[in-house]
Amino acid sequence: MTSEEIQAIFFAECEESLAAAEAGLAACKAGTEDADTINAIFRAVHSIKGGAGAFGHVALQAFTHTYETLLSDVREGTVAITPPLTELMLRALDTLSDHVSAAQEGTAPPADAALLAELTAAQAAHAGAAPALETPASAPVPAPTPVPASAAADQGFDLDLDALLDDLAAPAPAAEWTLRLRPHAGAMVNGGEPLLMLRELVSAGGRVSECDWSLVPELDALDPFQGYLGWTLCLPADMTEAAVAEIFEFAGDDCGLAFGGDAPFPPARIVAPPAPAAVPAAPGAANPAPCAATQPPPAPPAGQSIRIDLPKLDRLIDAVGELVIAQAMLAQRLGSDGASAAEELALIETLTRDIQESAMAIRAQPIGSVFSRVPRILRELTQSTGKHVRLEVSGEATELDKTVIERLGEPLTHLIRNAVDHGIEPADRRLAAGKSAEGTLRLSAEQRSGRILIRVEDDGAGIDRARVFAKAVEKGLIAPDAQLSGEEIDLLIFAPGFSTAQQVSNISGRGVGMDVVRQNVKDLGGRITIESVAGKGTAFVLTLPLTLAISDGMIVNVGDQTMVVPLAHVIESLRPAPGDVKGLGARRQMLNVRGRFIPVVPLGRELGAAGCREYPEQGVLIVVDTEAHGQAALLVDSISDQRQFVIKSLDTHYRQVEGVAGATILGDGRVALILDVDGLVARSVAAGQLREAA
Amino acid sequence: MSTAPNQPTRVLTVDDSASMRALLNHALASSGFEVHQADDGQAALEWLVVNDVDVVITDINMPRLDGFGLIERLRAGSRHADRPILVLTTESAPEKKQRAREAGATGWIVKPFDPDKLVAAVRRVAH
Repeated sequence: MTSEEIQAIFFAECEESLAAAEAGLAACKAGTEDADTINAIFRAVHSIKGGAGAFGHVALQAFTHTYETLLSDVREGTVAITPPLTELMLRALDTLSDHVSAAQEGTAPPADAALLAELTAAQAAHAGAAPALETPASAPVPAPTPVPASAAADQGFDLDLDALLDDLAAPAPAAEWTLRLRPHAGAMVNGGEPLLMLRELVSAGGRVSECDWSLVPELDALDPFQGYLGWTLCLPADMTEAAVAEIFEFAGDDCGLAFGGDAPFPPARIVAPPAPAAVPAAPGAANPAPCAATQPPPAPPAGQSIRIDLPKLDRLIDAVGELVIAQAMLAQRLGSDGASAAEELALIETLTRDIQESAMAIRAQPIGSVFSRVPRILRELTQSTGKHVRLEVSGEATELDKTVIERLGEPLTHLIRNAVDHGIEPADRRLAAGKSAEGTLRLSAEQRSGRILIRVEDDGAGIDRARVFAKAVEKGLIAPDAQLSGEEIDLLIFAPGFSTAQQVSNISGRGVGMDVVRQNVKDLGGRITIESVAGKGTAFVLTLPLTLAISDGMIVNVGDQTMVVPLAHVIESLRPAPGDVKGLGARRQMLNVRGRFIPVVPLGRELGAAGCREYPEQGVLIVVDTEAHGQAALLVDSISDQRQFVIKSLDTHYRQVEGVAGATILGDGRVALILDVDGLVARSVAAGQLREAA
Repeated sequence: MSTAPNQPTRVLTVDDSASMRALLNHALASSGFEVHQADDGQAALEWLVVNDVDVVITDINMPRLDGFGLIERLRAGSRHADRPILVLTTESAPEKKQRAREAGATGWIVKPFDPDKLVAAVRRVAH
């Protein structure tokens, strides 16, 4: 069938449409119209408009568009049918008929400007006014309400916007480029099929470089109607973003697209299925035991769980904490009374510890839940950096407190980014250094003496100490002639304001510096240290407490006070030899630690404790590490013990006190304050500088 | 649901305008599709009871049963719940397209259409 033949059908159709509209309007004039009548008129005009557009009769299309807009409002009931309006629509129909004839014979279209204005005015006037108003349509009607945007925007022409967009598309990028896509559940309903879109990309010269299936859950949790998968594709340079967008147009926002290698993966939109495992079900019903050759012993269903409100759990942990204290008090009392019940006491101690560990274990979760996110982070990093990195993970089953787990994700992510970005060298440099082209990132967790050690280790170039030193000098963090050990230089990367990120790439420089990483770890009551060997690699070691409710501390005596220094801050303790402490001005003193001077903070004086030792030579100095002021030496009278303590907040029982982080109850029933080492040292250093300035 | 290899993709066009059907038929048949036609939604529904098809292209404004009504009826049954359905619309505004999606359409074709884009759209959704 040729185009002329189809056009002939169109014009025959126009005659039918015009006749249908005429009949409908006649019914309007007679006052016998109903909804179907109006719909038929609308459809007739709409049909002519569609064909006019298809065959390129622009004037006809423009006229029908305006006419249709008015009819649409009549059909919706926003414009009432009145005799003058019927009159106007009949006249418009006559002009429409002339338009069709002109299009058919290829002659000039009729003059329709005045009529178009009338149609637009009628539509606009009635759109705002009450329906019953019988204003003569011929009267000059100032248009009080603007023409609806849809009518004004595409006045008459149905432009093929997609084609225009294609034509206007930005010049093709120079090389192959990266597209990441992730279809959501909505892309798979109503006949949608993301696979076809992938195929279309592939047939256009794209290739799938990677499929991200890290979000695919265990089979029994898998919902086939969820979008778990994401793909990374390399697309040819001549393929434009507009062309890609067109392929995914139907999926709309049900398919996440990220253009370019730097763009992060579109986030998944997985709707969690109603958790079936949380309900205490009949044993074996929800979790059928795996098929075994011999049935009899009904194995306890694995992974059976019960959901508990966190506050309930915290109350239990709290009570256990009190029990630990009570047990310690009892032990001290009985111990001083002559150990008459030593056996029973040992039993209670063992039981108490068991209860404490069990209670802590309830809050504990395997660190694997954090580690499992790493492969994906690494894939994104390798994609954007072009470095090849192999991941080795161990100790996923190591358990940590839920709160610690939740807050570990951010610092860990940053350390991994840092390792790939700054640690591991590009393949060519690795080969030149005699290493394999593929880098290795080791992630491990283990429990060691009541604390958790997490190592993030790369086999890269190690920290470039000369560069770090120069950078620290440039940033004003250290003096140009500062004498620092290699380890001390490494630690500079944690200093606030130190960041080498922007020099190298934009990956690590996401607004989080290493100082924030250290702060995150400290907030968890942990510490972070660096082990770096030039040419061999760097390891960041996070030492974390098992829980936030119980912490390790050093019990110290200052005058008549007993206090606790959190062990996370403590580096070492020492009795200064004569000459180790030098005076600086009238009241300040500095401790010489292997050639480096750190300020001495006399705790007794800072806290106003009575009867404390004034001179460092008489007491003990505890070297602590602080957030803002590096190391300092706390002067105390003596150290009496090192043990776990249950943290009690002062805020809830009293109020916040400067220099004090909380309180705990000692074995003898006395209350001891837990020192806020960061705050104390900062205050002391600032006061010393003020005195000096005065 | 998909046709055997080497079998042409079967398309049902639903439009009350004979010229529009002819245009669609012309564009699709010359690209190797097997095209069937229906006058309106009701006719399409009846035809689809006994015939099978790979893709449905439907107009929206039609007598008896309009395009959205047709989609609703097809989606309600199991046989065509996942059938790719494209709607013909004169509106290129995003909210109109969104409405088509909400009504259960797989995609849309903006009239007047470019034959190549029509063919590309049908291929894009044909399972």
